[in-house]
Amino acid sequence: MAWTDICAFEDLVENSGICALLNGQQIAVFLLELQGEQQIYAVGNYDPLGKANVLSRGIVGSVGEQIVVASPLYKQHFDLTSGQCLEQPEVVIPVYGVKLQQGRVWLNAIKQDQQASAA
Amino acid sequence: MTVHGQRSPGSDYCLSGSGLGFFYGQNLVVESAAKGLKDITMQQTKQILVIGNGMVGHHFVDQLRAKDPSAQITVLCGEAQLAYDRVHLSGYFSGTSAEQLALTTEEAYQAANIQYRLNCWVEQINREQQLVVTSQGGQFYYDELVLATGSYAFVPPIPGNDQPHCLVYRTLQDLDAIAQSAAVSKVGVVIGGGLLGLEAANALKQLGLQTHVVEFAPQLMAVQLDQGGGQMLSQKISELGVQVHTGKATQAIVAGAECRYQLQFADGESLETDLVLFSAGIRPYDQLARSCGLAVGDRGGVVVNDQCQTSDPHIYAIGECALWQQKIFGLVAPGYQMARVVVSQLTGGGHKFSGADMSTKLKLLGVEVGSIGDAHARTPGALSYVFTDPRAQVYKKMVVSKDGKRLLGAVLVGDTSNYDSLLQYALNDMLLPKQPEQLILPAASGAPLAALTLPNSATICSCHNVAKGDIVAAMDSGCCDLASIKSCTKASTGCGGCTALLKSVVDDELKSRGVEVKNHLCEHFAYSRQELLHLVQVGGIKTFSELLSRHGQGLGCDICKPTVGSILASSWNDYVLKKPHVGLQDTNDTFLANMQKDGSYSVVPRIAGGEITAEKLLVIGQVALDFNLYTKITGGQRIDLFGARLEQLPAIWQRLVDAGFETGHAYGKSLRTVKSCVGSTWCRYGVQDSVGQAIAIENRYKGLRAPHKIKMAVSGCTRECAEAQSKDIGIIATENGWNLYVCGNGGMRPRHADLFATDLDTDTLIRYIDRILMLYIRTADRLQRTSVWMEKLDGGLDYLRKVIIDDELGLAAELENQMAALVNTYACEWKATLDDPQALKRFRQFVNSPDADENIVFVEERSQIRPATAEEKRQWLQQIPITELPVTTLAEEN
Repeated sequence: MAWTDICAFEDLVENSGICALLNGQQIAVFLLELQGEQQIYAVGNYDPLGKANVLSRGIVGSVGEQIVVASPLYKQHFDLTSGQCLEQPEVVIPVYGVKLQQGRVWLNAIKQDQQASAA
Repeated sequence: MTVHGQRSPGSDYCLSGSGLGFFYGQNLVVESAAKGLKDITMQQTKQILVIGNGMVGHHFVDQLRAKDPSAQITVLCGEAQLAYDRVHLSGYFSGTSAEQLALTTEEAYQAANIQYRLNCWVEQINREQQLVVTSQGGQFYYDELVLATGSYAFVPPIPGNDQPHCLVYRTLQDLDAIAQSAAVSKVGVVIGGGLLGLEAANALKQLGLQTHVVEFAPQLMAVQLDQGGGQMLSQKISELGVQVHTGKATQAIVAGAECRYQLQFADGESLETDLVLFSAGIRPYDQLARSCGLAVGDRGGVVVNDQCQTSDPHIYAIGECALWQQKIFGLVAPGYQMARVVVSQLTGGGHKFSGADMSTKLKLLGVEVGSIGDAHARTPGALSYVFTDPRAQVYKKMVVSKDGKRLLGAVLVGDTSNYDSLLQYALNDMLLPKQPEQLILPAASGAPLAALTLPNSATICSCHNVAKGDIVAAMDSGCCDLASIKSCTKASTGCGGCTALLKSVVDDELKSRGVEVKNHLCEHFAYSRQELLHLVQVGGIKTFSELLSRHGQGLGCDICKPTVGSILASSWNDYVLKKPHVGLQDTNDTFLANMQKDGSYSVVPRIAGGEITAEKLLVIGQVALDFNLYTKITGGQRIDLFGARLEQLPAIWQRLVDAGFETGHAYGKSLRTVKSCVGSTWCRYGVQDSVGQAIAIENRYKGLRAPHKIKMAVSGCTRECAEAQSKDIGIIATENGWNLYVCGNGGMRPRHADLFATDLDTDTLIRYIDRILMLYIRTADRLQRTSVWMEKLDGGLDYLRKVIIDDELGLAAELENQMAALVNTYACEWKATLDDPQALKRFRQFVNSPDADENIVFVEERSQIRPATAEEKRQWLQQIPITELPVTTLAEEN
């Protein structure tokens, strides 16, 4: 598990996303406020349906209990914890480990297990 | 004997020399110097002395310190600890510690340079010398004295009320005594079934006692609730294990048979208990004021004026000890208001106390209770709507004015989810919906009348004799909205009395056919766009998070966020990339450009009226060349530059802004262009200067955020070369002025604009457009173009004319003012962005690398760039090492 320091916490934009480049992979990083607590999510920046690297520029929010980003191209929603597309459950984007340490944002370039892909 | 504090040397002069009674800092120095005083360096600030450190007293100290960092503040606190949260006192028995209840700490007061004394009771106030004497003999001088002595629990004069285990519920000390008593008791009785009494009952219940509430009045919470609400509350509370005895006058507390005591009631009945807790109301602590000769009310309370000043201008009273217009305010919020009034008075502000709304929403013993305004319907002519759900044990009452237009009050028991919106209606004197009962009926039921259960033979519209069956038949033949059903069946086109019924029949029918009819914006807001706009404007709401926390749920989504962003922009015209608004915008609004299929952007500078100088054309051309952009002329007579990467946008716009261009808002749901023909200036046929008019209009409305994009055009003669009749706002020149056409559009469902008014002079033309656009912004649904909006208006074009031209709703001036405010606050978003380093930070592909997105690849076609196809990209990708491949996923295989 290799963690990489990506940026300062201040570089994140609340309730919105930024994009990081890690070993050639584009990773969208979102900062959300949930019930007064700040939570960071990291998923692939590539929208497999719109076929462009744009997810970091999507609007984040919730659909039911799921925390999602909506692709700015065709508005499909992707679950930020499982990577699964709500409209087309067979499409799953990678989810990455992310943590906050001493005011810096760290990413783990290894994709997390995609448990949701079985669903 | 110790003397604390010192008189400020200037104060004597200040008092006599200034009618206001207060002077501060620099003013005082000047005034004192004029009097020839020499040593005024240390003590220019006044001594503010506060007696009492309850919630209100503390709030005063806190607010004064925030407003005036140098004020000399001394607090005399009668209790052993500084202020704590009395509202949530019963939490003390369910695990909340005294520390957690504390509103401040001694350390915090020390750090804020606030002098304080604990366990310090004031014996007397010497108004002549402006000093107070404490029971320990200490003396404190003051320039301004604030009484925040609060109130004490009233113990009714019942024989036997002074025995052990007969207690009150007011302070932390009281709570300790209650806990001690409860430890050796099994049964507890609260005398008093008001708000505080039920809180106290909650405390006894949490201590594990068998709990009773005894109330003299025939119902619980007689001040806040009506009879029905009180009954529902009793029922719910009884089921929670607290026995309620209403209409009981306690006459004596005598020795009991099974318990320690027996309460004897006037009706001959009795109740055994080990512990008696009095919560029969509060009385203001006003003895100090009385003994120094301040005016007090007949039934207690220190009389104050709108400044919260007592009859001595140097003494103020706030909170529950103060009597304003014969009223004591026993809630914390009005007390806080009074505290802020005095702070304002002492710091040169002019705030006044003007009474307080006593509406409350709270949870008592786990039961939600709400009370608003005239809960008892005492206003002459008031009408009440009552909804009771005996199964869910919910009681809701709404009191409305005689004409049914205003909400006067409400009672909610068991479910206070409607409280906030009802309070809005009451406080803002808002016009109620035509069927106000909707406001308290359960949301799920939707239509007030179960139209589905009506037989097909039921007459819906008696004017035109239309039965339900006729409407169903019309829907079977393809009519699926109200407007088309009306025109098909004539239903509701007579007196209009059946409008609501028709709507519910249609809605229910649509619902039964599986068509979604609710106009809720999305799952996060149970409101339409129009309702949200109303909430924003009435509530002065400035951010999405505030709106969400007050009226929504969840986190929001890609539907409600941009909608609310647009509402906020239309309402307050705040820079859309200001921090709280950033996450609301669609990517196009966030980056002020139009995203294309490959994630690159296009850029459209404003070319008002389609008129552009050769120099500016050269600038656009040069920018396109330098950044290798694809250029195309748009339908709106401007130039679109494609193929800009995210990180190039600021540099491109810097060049454009430097050359005098402004953003064209091609990315926004806002005014796009005002197209024009060349007009009378050049054209043989033209009768007016259409270009000049188009430029003026475009500059007036540029940047205006709306529910959908807005397009306009101005033609210089009736030949109509600008195609104005296909626009939302179309203007065609006549010999005598301008004809105004409205609500047309091209696109998927083209619609010719309707002729709205003829031969207008320019002033009138602009006024009408102002009004129409503002009405549209205020009332249209999300992504509803003007054409659909107008068709859905009850009465359509004629109605619109009545509102805009005849001003039947009396809205015209307001609409014009709102538009003027937006016009006056216009700023070019790109210019603002270039001036904002924080906003510019967002215009980079990667937060941690200067690299570009490798997935954006262009090839050449007809001497310009275009995005590479998937096949072309694959070929290109094969030429670079595999490790640098952009991330791919399963869809890439398609």
